[in-house]
Amino acid sequence: MAKIKYHMLVCGGTGCHASKSEEILRNFQDLIKMKGLETEVQVIKTGCFGFCEKGPIVKMMPDNTFYTQVKPEDCAEILEEHIIKGRRVNRLLYQDPVTKEYKSDSKHMGFYKKQIRIALRNCGFINPENIDEYIARDGYQALGKVLTGLTPEATIEILKKSGLRGRGGGGFPTGLKWEITRAVKAGQKYVVCNADEGDPGAFMDRSVLEGDPHTVLEAMAINGYCTGADKGVIYIRAEYPLAVERLKIAMKQAREYGLLGNDILGTGFNFDIEIRYGAGAFVCGEETALIHSMEGLRGEPTVKPPFPSESGFLGKPTNVNNVETYANIPAIILKGADWFASIGTAKSKGTKVFALAGKINNVGLIEVPMGITLREVIFEIGGGIKNDRKFKAVQTGGPSGGMLTEKDLDTPIDYDNLIAAGSMMGSGGMIVMDEDDCMVGMAKFYLEFTVEESCGKCSPCRIGNKRLFELLEKVTQGHAVMEDLDKLRNLSHVIKDTSLCGLGQTSPNPVLSSMDNFYHEYLEHVNDKKCRAGNCKSLMQYVINAENCIGCTLCARNCPVDAIVGERKQAHVIDQDKCIKCGACMEKCKFNAIFIK
Amino acid sequence: MEKIRSLADLKKMQESLRAQIDLREQSNDPDKRIQVKVAMATCGIASGAKEVMEVFIDEFTKRNIDAVVTQTGCMGYCYAEPTVEITKPGNEPITFGYVDVKKAIKIIDKYVLNNELVDGIIPVNYETIDNK
Repeated sequence: MAKIKYHMLVCGGTGCHASKSEEILRNFQDLIKMKGLETEVQVIKTGCFGFCEKGPIVKMMPDNTFYTQVKPEDCAEILEEHIIKGRRVNRLLYQDPVTKEYKSDSKHMGFYKKQIRIALRNCGFINPENIDEYIARDGYQALGKVLTGLTPEATIEILKKSGLRGRGGGGFPTGLKWEITRAVKAGQKYVVCNADEGDPGAFMDRSVLEGDPHTVLEAMAINGYCTGADKGVIYIRAEYPLAVERLKIAMKQAREYGLLGNDILGTGFNFDIEIRYGAGAFVCGEETALIHSMEGLRGEPTVKPPFPSESGFLGKPTNVNNVETYANIPAIILKGADWFASIGTAKSKGTKVFALAGKINNVGLIEVPMGITLREVIFEIGGGIKNDRKFKAVQTGGPSGGMLTEKDLDTPIDYDNLIAAGSMMGSGGMIVMDEDDCMVGMAKFYLEFTVEESCGKCSPCRIGNKRLFELLEKVTQGHAVMEDLDKLRNLSHVIKDTSLCGLGQTSPNPVLSSMDNFYHEYLEHVNDKKCRAGNCKSLMQYVINAENCIGCTLCARNCPVDAIVGERKQAHVIDQDKCIKCGACMEKCKFNAIFIK
Repeated sequence: MEKIRSLADLKKMQESLRAQIDLREQSNDPDKRIQVKVAMATCGIASGAKEVMEVFIDEFTKRNIDAVVTQTGCMGYCYAEPTVEITKPGNEPITFGYVDVKKAIKIIDKYVLNNELVDGIIPVNYETIDNK
């Protein structure tokens, strides 16, 4: 076996890097070499530990000692004391801010509580194509518990008490939804799993289905038992082939074990599930449109009421829940409502999965308790902004949400706070923007998406969003006048107030929220014909600084449209009429002679 | 496959499966039984997790290393795909990011065989509900 006895993990994340982790790493390496310990101790640079406020972090293995705020000059002491003498350097351990106790082991430290995996509890842990691994991790125990020991009413009561709210975006209390569907009398009822994840940048539902499909099947069966349905339908977009395949494998295995089908666990309860495919339309995430699409009709929403719980799929009472909502349910049944309700804020319980994307270092999937702040999510878990740029805004709630800025960084995240801040929870996409992003451009980007995805049934959404988009285009091209900004705002409100479904009612949100938070950028586009982020191509010009240009002709030779003219060894000029603003010249210039005006 | 006919049956089955997995974790031959989990959600596969998993299986067979290679879902570290978690008996699981074919072989040479770590380790920074 190996000779290496100690591993020292030095954090190489951006935060720790900024506080000299590189120097710490080098110091350790030098000291180890000096003492001839290369064969026993190994120093390794790791990714971010997510505890940047106490960085730089050094973790010792195998004893799991966690040193915080290490300085380059501490290296000798750590090596001498910890490695050679086997004693911990207490002053560098993490001190609990409340109890003042020193914690040696990272597992007992508060910051590890920043991420709690409930919905993702099995994701990345079990083999999703093997039901046995799910069963070994308490799989189908919740279904068993409900079927043998709890009435539907009692189960619904647990959910109501737990405070679980719909994770698809709306945040409707799940227990209440089940109760309403249960109360409707009908021969046939359906439960539906909404796996039509349409927000750009959100992929948590896909990850749950790909990593832990059985948890959704189990929760749907529990839903069926509670609402009185014996049929479940999973509506999933066809663009998720791997999730579909894993669901199919899971359904087959569950049927073979008798966990789906007739007389489940000998209790006389029958339940089976089928899959319906969506063609990937954003509007089909809306309950009524989803149900029409499942029926083979056009994916268009209809007016509520009647709600799906009264008249849904094929005219029968139907209970629609989102994938992530389902993924929480078995854990709640097994661990109890009080446990779940102990996590989160007053009105938003439990955890939420967020998909971090955009200009952030650790792009990925995180599950955090409700009530965490944006600052913790972006700067600690997400590892901060890419390339050390400055944070500008974060879009939550996808195209239906809004932009949160610097002033919202310390707001606890939950359903109600996000709405109060002018955004929404949505399905949990978080797109982080830095100073290089133009806010008008971002609003235009989202609107382009909604224009594309509008089903066209109601005119405010179909025509209004198109006009809104054209107005934004005018702004980004520098043709807009002040009057257009008022038009933008008015039209946005009209669309919000008069659209038929959630898509239209929320589509102007990115426009309104960017106008609220970054009105000065709109003004700059209109009055100064300037885009401070340098994103709006129509508003920028590549210009050659004649003083720096030596006339090497490199730019002219690389220009794809021959827009650069000039004699050899003389300063060149860019013909602005021909220039397509591709930036190739600036990239090639070795003399920094080309700049953006 | 035998149907599970009651909750008692399910519990019994869970016990035996748990024992199986425990056995896998605390094998009598601690130097040899190694668990390798490859994150194989769409993100992982798109960045080459399938090839990486094959390399692990092939190399383990070729070198006669007794290890279990399984696939799993998304671990959440999309920026560092493909990701691989390796649990050596008696050790905490270690997650490696940015594992391509070359890195996979390096991990086998260094970590699996010699207990030396390689760059690209992702510290685990979440709590599971098990320890709640």
